[in-house]
Amino acid sequence: MPIETKEEFRPKIVAFCCNWCSYAGADLAGSSRLAYPADVKIIRVPCSCRVNPMFVLRAFEKGADGVILCGCHPGDCHYSTGNYYTRRRMTLLFSMLDYIGVENGRTRVEWVSAAEGVKFSATMNDFVAKIRTLGENVRLEDIRCKKQ
Amino acid sequence: MQRIGVFVCHCGSNIAATVDVEKVVELARMEPGVVHAEDYQYMCSEAGQARIQAAIEKKGLTGIVVCSCSPRMHETTFRKAAERAGLNPYMVEIANIREHCSWIHKDIEEATKKAVILARAAIAKVNLNTPLKPGESRVTKRALVIGGGIAGIQTALDIADAGYEVDIVEKTPSIGGRMSQLDKTFPTLDCSACILTPKMVEAGAHEKIHIYTYSEVEKVSGFVGDFTVDIRKKARSVDMDKCTGCGVCQEKCPSKKTPSEFNRGLNNRSAIYTPFAQAIPNVPVIDREACIKFKTGKCGLCAKVCQAGAIDYEQQDEIITEKYGAIVVATGFDVIQLDSYDEYAYSQSKDVITSLELERIMNAAGPTKGHLERLSDGRAPKEIVFVQCVGSRCSDDRGKSYCSKICCMYTAKHAMLIRDKYPDTHVTVFYIDVRTPGKNFDEFYRRAAEEYGVDYIKGQVGKVLPQPDGSLLVQGADLLDNRQLRIKADMVVLAAAIEPDPSVRRIATMLTASIDTNNFLTEAHPKLRPVESPTAGVFLSGVCQGPKDIPETVAQAGAAAVKAIGLLAKDKLTTNPCTAHSDELLCNGCSTCANVCPYGAITYEDRQVNDHGIREVRRLAVVNNALCQGCGACTVACPSGAMDLQGFSNRQIIAEVDAICR
Amino acid sequence: MNTPRKQAGLIREISGVNPYKCMKCGKCSASCPSYDEMDIKPHQFVSYVLHENIEALAESRSLWKCLSCFACVERCPRDVKPGKLIDAVRQLVLRQRGEEYLSPDEIPELLDPEIPQQLLVSAFRRYRR
Repeated sequence: MPIETKEEFRPKIVAFCCNWCSYAGADLAGSSRLAYPADVKIIRVPCSCRVNPMFVLRAFEKGADGVILCGCHPGDCHYSTGNYYTRRRMTLLFSMLDYIGVENGRTRVEWVSAAEGVKFSATMNDFVAKIRTLGENVRLEDIRCKKQ
Repeated sequence: MQRIGVFVCHCGSNIAATVDVEKVVELARMEPGVVHAEDYQYMCSEAGQARIQAAIEKKGLTGIVVCSCSPRMHETTFRKAAERAGLNPYMVEIANIREHCSWIHKDIEEATKKAVILARAAIAKVNLNTPLKPGESRVTKRALVIGGGIAGIQTALDIADAGYEVDIVEKTPSIGGRMSQLDKTFPTLDCSACILTPKMVEAGAHEKIHIYTYSEVEKVSGFVGDFTVDIRKKARSVDMDKCTGCGVCQEKCPSKKTPSEFNRGLNNRSAIYTPFAQAIPNVPVIDREACIKFKTGKCGLCAKVCQAGAIDYEQQDEIITEKYGAIVVATGFDVIQLDSYDEYAYSQSKDVITSLELERIMNAAGPTKGHLERLSDGRAPKEIVFVQCVGSRCSDDRGKSYCSKICCMYTAKHAMLIRDKYPDTHVTVFYIDVRTPGKNFDEFYRRAAEEYGVDYIKGQVGKVLPQPDGSLLVQGADLLDNRQLRIKADMVVLAAAIEPDPSVRRIATMLTASIDTNNFLTEAHPKLRPVESPTAGVFLSGVCQGPKDIPETVAQAGAAAVKAIGLLAKDKLTTNPCTAHSDELLCNGCSTCANVCPYGAITYEDRQVNDHGIREVRRLAVVNNALCQGCGACTVACPSGAMDLQGFSNRQIIAEVDAICR
Repeated sequence: MNTPRKQAGLIREISGVNPYKCMKCGKCSASCPSYDEMDIKPHQFVSYVLHENIEALAESRSLWKCLSCFACVERCPRDVKPGKLIDAVRQLVLRQRGEEYLSPDEIPELLDPEIPQQLLVSAFRRYRR
């Protein structure tokens, strides 16, 4: 049987960043030229608490290999309490996802302030590395979404 | 279907060096809805903006995507450009292909691929964008200040000086607050009354300031720019217009057994009283609980001696309804109750006092006329022990977890003043840490130790035991000498923790201003918006936001005033159109969204709905667009999926997710 | 082998005390009725455990001078409970001493049909580590 030469695995990673802290942190990472893999694509939301668990599930359904949420540090939320909701909601969602086979390593919540470009870049590098070791995600994926 | 135009910026070589801009244009053109795509050297330049406007007009675009730098940089620029061409500014989306792409990737192929995906996501989103219109609301050019201490007075003066009407609501019979109870102020030792009284007089005489003393806020409704407030003016039983403030009634009043609130209960006052001589307004109040006339119907002496005929036993509480554009909370603080600190014998001995009580004792207008003496026997104390951090920095439920911030400095002040006036008195201060950040603060504390010989001992007091001879045995630890001390003291002064005035809870609830576990009001942002409440139109002044000393309070009061003035100066407020919106056919009125809303923007109304031909009245969530800040917490909390956020709708974000994962 | 780190961990486990909570105010020492009898003072217990200086604590006079009146526990503003720490050190010392008291080799000699087996088990739990 011929062995297929496999391409390097390039995960699909969706990052939700809150407008006030983490998106600005990502901008700072950019203007400081702190590289992280191109696999990460950022979606801007007003607050991390805008991220409906539905969006996370949708991402996995559409073939994402990892989902990360970034928000302001606890106590620093622009909307004062939004990230506390995120913290609770995502703790529940992630443990449920883990239960159905989407490992905890594929989901993450991080607090990145507008001044933490270095942390943003480091977090993304670390997260992508983690997803690469975990490999492709097949749980929850809608097979019809896959390109032939 | 939208008619979308895509504009890809080179940003000189910032983008074009790593992203194949032409490829992005080429692939974007194939996306659904895209009818126009082009690239240009600098999209944000005037020429670039002109290209966008020309394309909108020529091709009748209904939505545009600009692939350029961060939206935090130029979103407003492009929105304005679109608006000039007649397009709704909220039909513009930005794909950030500079900070999030070209600047962090080196490989051209990889960066181009990512740029295309980011463009696709933005196109997918703009396909679902709807034109949004910022609302407008009017601003009532009048401010309300709750609390008439130094914070409230300063805020009111600053707002009034800018030309706006201000009302101060103060629950006690006079403005002045805690500062009027103090003797001297650190670190300059100027007399508190000497610097406060002129301000009180100025506020009282200011044509733009109206002071409601002996009054409380009863009800608040409305929102930023348009609050309606009910103020209860409690019956004073004295006609404010007639009273001349001569003070004869207080002299003649036969009921003189009520502990004076102003003197912290150290002496008594009459039933008809002004809290202190410099009170503003200088009009007494009859304490109906203590007044013999009100209790038994007999007496009426004050009415007989009043030459102005100002006494009015029939006066009733009055409710005043007024409209305000901005509300400043300046409710201040009180010292905590020391009932649960048995070890310090506060309730067992009259000679164990709080620092605020010492202020009254040291004050020339106080119960001892300024002579330092023991309240039990009137003797001059020769050995005084100060205990720091009583109830501050406690993790148990007896005290407060925070540092009260002012105690180190006022204790140094007290120790210094006592050593200065009574050099034969020995003063010991037990401290855990001496915290004196502030201009000239540490120098002040060092002076107390070095020049005035105050004995600072690192350690805490374990217990205070009243002795049969009237002295107090203070048992404390000296951690540096590693010994336990037993001091025979004549007086013990406790630096009791300060806490927000208990009335603040009710006020915060009325204002839907958030409050922390210690009852301090929360700021909109702890660093960048420290004098604003997260509730729009509500500002914070003084200790209600956190412990602070007088200079800090005055600075914050000014800052709060400026924020309020900034609001009052506007004729109309433009509201952020990206607000939550509830679908009335899906909403089941469960109240989940209102519970998570940090701004109190969601209320419930019974409204008639037409659900597929069935007409019925339902309880529905209604979002007040003037209050909603658009965080989206409610949209996720809503169990029926009725709540959605305009500009960041569920469908829009899902479209972005889909485009990225495609 | 019982390293100081292990012992300190054991003391924290037995006492349920987190010595990091201490803000070094000294109210425990100020409250202690046996202060003058002690070589290591109540406020020092906490930093001794924190810095894993267990041997000194175990050999100290204070260990047996503490009255367990728990005035320090009652008055500590940070809920550190120094008295519980000293109690835990005592238990640790007793258990270690226990090693000399009971060895498995002695068991056959001690066996007696009258003695319930459970007693031996609990004796081991207490005097052997």
